[in-house]
Amino acid sequence: MAVHKRGYRGYAGQLTPLWSRCWIVTRYAFKNVFQWKLLTSFFYACFIFPLTCAAGIYVNHSTRLLVMFGVRSLFDVDAGFFFQFLRVQGSLAFILTALVGPGLVSPDLANNALPLYFCRPLSRAAHVAGKMMILVSLLSLITWVPAILLFLIQSSLAGWSWMWANLWLPAGVFLGSAIQILVFSVLALALSAWIKRKLAAGAALLAVFFFGAGFAEAVDAVLGTHKGALLNISRLILTVQAQLFRQPWRSPISAGSAWMALLAVSGICLWLLARKVRAYEVVRG
Amino acid sequence: MVPVIELEGLGVRFWQRNILQDLRCTLSGRAIGLLGPNGAGKSTLINTLLGFYPVAAGTARVFGYDIRTQTMQIRSLTGYMPETDCFIAHMTAVSFVRMMAELSGLPSSAALERAHEALFYVGLGEARYRKLGTYSLGMKQLAKLAQAIAHGPKLIILDEPTNGLDPPARQRMIRLIHEMRDSRELQILLCSHLLRDVEETCDEVLILKDGRQVHYANLEEERRTNKRFLELETVGDDGGFAEAVENLGCACAVTSGKRMKIVLPESFVMRDLYRLAEARNVQIRRMNYRRDSLEDIFLKAMENSNGRS
Repeated sequence: MAVHKRGYRGYAGQLTPLWSRCWIVTRYAFKNVFQWKLLTSFFYACFIFPLTCAAGIYVNHSTRLLVMFGVRSLFDVDAGFFFQFLRVQGSLAFILTALVGPGLVSPDLANNALPLYFCRPLSRAAHVAGKMMILVSLLSLITWVPAILLFLIQSSLAGWSWMWANLWLPAGVFLGSAIQILVFSVLALALSAWIKRKLAAGAALLAVFFFGAGFAEAVDAVLGTHKGALLNISRLILTVQAQLFRQPWRSPISAGSAWMALLAVSGICLWLLARKVRAYEVVRG
Repeated sequence: MVPVIELEGLGVRFWQRNILQDLRCTLSGRAIGLLGPNGAGKSTLINTLLGFYPVAAGTARVFGYDIRTQTMQIRSLTGYMPETDCFIAHMTAVSFVRMMAELSGLPSSAALERAHEALFYVGLGEARYRKLGTYSLGMKQLAKLAQAIAHGPKLIILDEPTNGLDPPARQRMIRLIHEMRDSRELQILLCSHLLRDVEETCDEVLILKDGRQVHYANLEEERRTNKRFLELETVGDDGGFAEAVENLGCACAVTSGKRMKIVLPESFVMRDLYRLAEARNVQIRRMNYRRDSLEDIFLKAMENSNGRS
């Protein structure tokens, strides 16, 4: 099918492996995401706090700079530090999700593009995984990846003894971020799939978190229980992270219940995605 | 040769409602037409072959691959142009077609090359860097065709490809389908409710109504058979011409004094008929091959199905 010949010609060349197809979805969606300058700027801004922390850790170990600032230490680098670090970065991750998430699946549904994806050797799971990889990678880059880097910086400056004493922290950082990223991603994708308008899907994500918290309080007040906290997703995430970092955290529900609730939310979102992300929707007639 | 599509009692059901019922057929034509009135189940059949809808009964095979268990293999071999408007508005045509080719398994560089080629082939070469959202309806149809052929499929499924096209755009689409069919590089499954589109492009046709198969016709065969039926109108025949024609090996029936219907034998040479007419001083005023158009076939199929139901 050379341009000058303008005739149809089949393709007999090599094919890429089936497992690699979901990365194509990710690659093209990435290109689209970073076309939005506001988002790109915000993404870069998300690194200000980690860089400040890295500078702080460096200053903590520089006697000359500590003397210059007239302090003994800027802050302690311990489990509490990483817990607070993830709280700050988690908030930024939520905003980033609200900016990126709604634009991932909704345009495909609004433009009826799903049959074009699924008439090819690409499963629905691969499509969703491809889209989810965008959120997972972006959120990872601003949560557990810088946290682990800070851990390594601190380890290199404080010595092996500090590292051995705190070797459990990276696991907490990773698990605490992973559950947060999973919940944010599947929730954003599910809302993006069910609400075809990007703006409305973004608003719905904010509503789930903020009105969810308010609704949880209302449930507690009306029913006189503490089970309403199960509807407050951000509180559930903090409960889980506090347990992972062994931090004192007042929560009416146990960490185990919080884990279960977060996994249930993720499961419901995946079920909602499975219902909506299909080539053609069969309408009961 | 493996048939393109084999339907083996295929049935599809949505919420206790039978959408397709007991379809049984083997289709091996270079261009297969899927005909039927609106709501006959044409698009459902296509979507089921592509694995979009679950099979309720029987099965079907595409190039020998079972649609129940080998969907990915089938999808690797097919290109699909859906009926509905579907595209990704913010993408340029070339990145859209390239992405679709990559999803079909082409490496990135080959996909880019073939995206350019496909867009030139369908006539969107000059507009390939424009965003799809700015395309007219006709251009969108062509872009859909480009994405369906970019990866060089063995079977291309076209669902109502001329929908919403003005006459020149329709002609262009039909010409492209002709070219692809004649290239012998791929086979075509064309789904349409427009008889003319199917008649102009297909050599085999399956007619559906209310989810049932009402007729299967090999148009090539029909055309060949029709060439053996001749209607003549003559002047100057004294009555012996029909007998003389029969002596040439034809079956002949005189419908009125001047008109007769003739069934020609396989090896008949038309020149013999002219020679006979000249010898008997008979003037042939009119001579028509029977032309059983697709419309006739379709209407007959519909009538028969009405009679059955």
